[in-house]
Amino acid sequence: MMSLWQSFVELIHELIPWLDGGIATVIIILIKGIALVLPLIIMMAYMTYAERKVIGYMQLRIGPNRVGPIGLLQPFADVIKMMFKEIIFPTKANIYLFLLAPILAFVPAVAIWVVIPLGEGFYITNLDVSLLYVLAIGSVGVYGIIIAGWASNSKYPLLGALRSTALLVSYEIVIGFVIVTVVMVAGSVNLNEIVEGQKGGAWNWYFIPLFPMMIVFWISALTETNRAPFDVVEGESEIVGGTHVEYSGMCFALFFMAEYINMIMMAALAVLLFFGGWHSPFEGLPYLESLFEFVPDLVWLLVKMSFFLFLYLWIRATFPRFRYDQIMRLCWKVFLPLTIIWIFVVALMTQLAIGPWF
Amino acid sequence: MFDKLIKIFKDFTLSELLLGMSVTAKELVNTKITVQFPEERTPISPRFRGIHALRRYPNGEERCIACKLCEAVCPANAITIESEMRDDGTRRTTQYDIDLFKCIYCGFCEEACPVDAIVETQIFDYAFESREGSVLTKERLLEIGDENKKLIDKTKLEDSKYR
Repeated sequence: MMSLWQSFVELIHELIPWLDGGIATVIIILIKGIALVLPLIIMMAYMTYAERKVIGYMQLRIGPNRVGPIGLLQPFADVIKMMFKEIIFPTKANIYLFLLAPILAFVPAVAIWVVIPLGEGFYITNLDVSLLYVLAIGSVGVYGIIIAGWASNSKYPLLGALRSTALLVSYEIVIGFVIVTVVMVAGSVNLNEIVEGQKGGAWNWYFIPLFPMMIVFWISALTETNRAPFDVVEGESEIVGGTHVEYSGMCFALFFMAEYINMIMMAALAVLLFFGGWHSPFEGLPYLESLFEFVPDLVWLLVKMSFFLFLYLWIRATFPRFRYDQIMRLCWKVFLPLTIIWIFVVALMTQLAIGPWF
Repeated sequence: MFDKLIKIFKDFTLSELLLGMSVTAKELVNTKITVQFPEERTPISPRFRGIHALRRYPNGEERCIACKLCEAVCPANAITIESEMRDDGTRRTTQYDIDLFKCIYCGFCEEACPVDAIVETQIFDYAFESREGSVLTKERLLEIGDENKKLIDKTKLEDSKYR
C-alpha cells in the first residue's frame, strides 16, 4: 500500500514540475483529504442501506428493493433527495449558530480518521498520541449537538441537546478508562504501536485479556454514537427527533453523516484496540497462515469492522430504548466502578507479569 | 439472597441480551413474508366488497329496473336514483350515482337488488384525481361492469352456492 502511495507522490512531482515543492505538497494533501473523505462518505451511504436492509430482514421484511438491483442505488436516491431539499430556518433562530452546528458535528467526525491506520503503514499521519487525539476530537463533536439544540430555538431540540450532553460526557469517562487499560497493556498511546503489539494470531489480540473492557467499550461506543438502544438524544417517540427536529436538507444530512462516520470510526477503533487491527487471525498457524497470505491488510481490517457495524444494526433491531436515568445508572454505578477495578487488576497483572498475555 | 446472586450473574454475563439477539439472528435468515404488492397480490375472497359495478344481461340490456331498493337500504345514503319510463315502456334509471366518500362498502345494495344489477367487485386499488371523481355515475358503473365482466361473473358464481 505504502509503496503504491510513494510512487503516486513521485508521479505528482513529475507531472507538475513547474510547481515548486510547496504547492505540490498542498496538492498532495488535498488529494489525501479527498482520498479519505470520499470512501468514508460512500461507506456511510451504504451503511444506511445496510441498516435498512438488515433491520428489514430481522423484521421479516425485505427492505429497500426498488431503486436499482436489490435496491443498491437507494443511497444515491437519498443523497439526491437531500441535496434538493430546502433548508428551513426556524423563526428567531440564530442562523449563524444554526448553520455552524452541523459543520461542528461533521468536521470532527471526519478529522478523527486522520490518525486511524488502515493497514501496515497505511495512514495519513502517525501521531504519537493518536489515541488521545481520537478522544479529544471525539469530544468536540458534542458541541455540534449542543449548539444545534440551542440555536434551533425550539423545546425538543433543547431537551435532546441536554440529554446528549450529559450522556456523552458521562460515557466519555468510561471510554477513557477503558482505553487506559488498553494503553497499559500495550504500553503506548500510538494506534500503530497498539496494533503492532497484537501481532501473531488471534490469541494475542487484546480482547482476550481485556474481555470485560471490550464489552464495556462496545456498549459505551453505542452511547457515544447515539445509537439504539441508547438513542435518547433522538428518541423519536419521546422528543420527536431530538436535536435535528428543525434541520432539513443538507444541514440534516451533515448530522446524519456525522453519526454514521462516527459509527464506522467506533467500529474501527474497537478493531484496532481489541481485535488486532489489520492483522490476520491466522498468523502463526502453520497451514492457515500461508493459505490466507494473499489477503491484504486493509481487507482484514474491513472484514472485522463490518462485523462490528453489523453488530450496531443487530443491536438496534433487537433492543428497545433505555430510559434516560437507567442509562445514567448503567454508566455511573456499573461501568465506572467496573472499569476502575479492572484498571487496578490490569495494572497489577502487567507489573507482576501474571498470566500468559502480559 | 441466592436469587439475587443469580440475577447478578445473569446481568454480568449478558445472557438475556444474547438470548434476544439470537432471536433476531434467527429471523435474519428466515423466509421473508413480504408481498410485493403491484406484482404479487394476496388472495381475495369472492365475497370481497370493493368498488361497485352495474351488470348487464347477456343480450346487452342493463339489469337495473330502478326499483330503488338499494337507495332505500343504503345506510349511508350514498346512492341517488332518478327514474322515468323509457320509450319501450320499461322503467329505467336516468341517474344512478354512488358517492364513494359516503359509501361504507357494507354490500347491502347488492343484497337488496332483486335482479343482481348492482354488485361490489374485488377491485380495491382505485383512485380519482378530483373531488368530483368520487361520485360514480351510471355510465361509469356500467363501464366498470363491462370492463370486469369476467371477474364479476366468476366471483358471483363462486359465491352463489353459499347464498
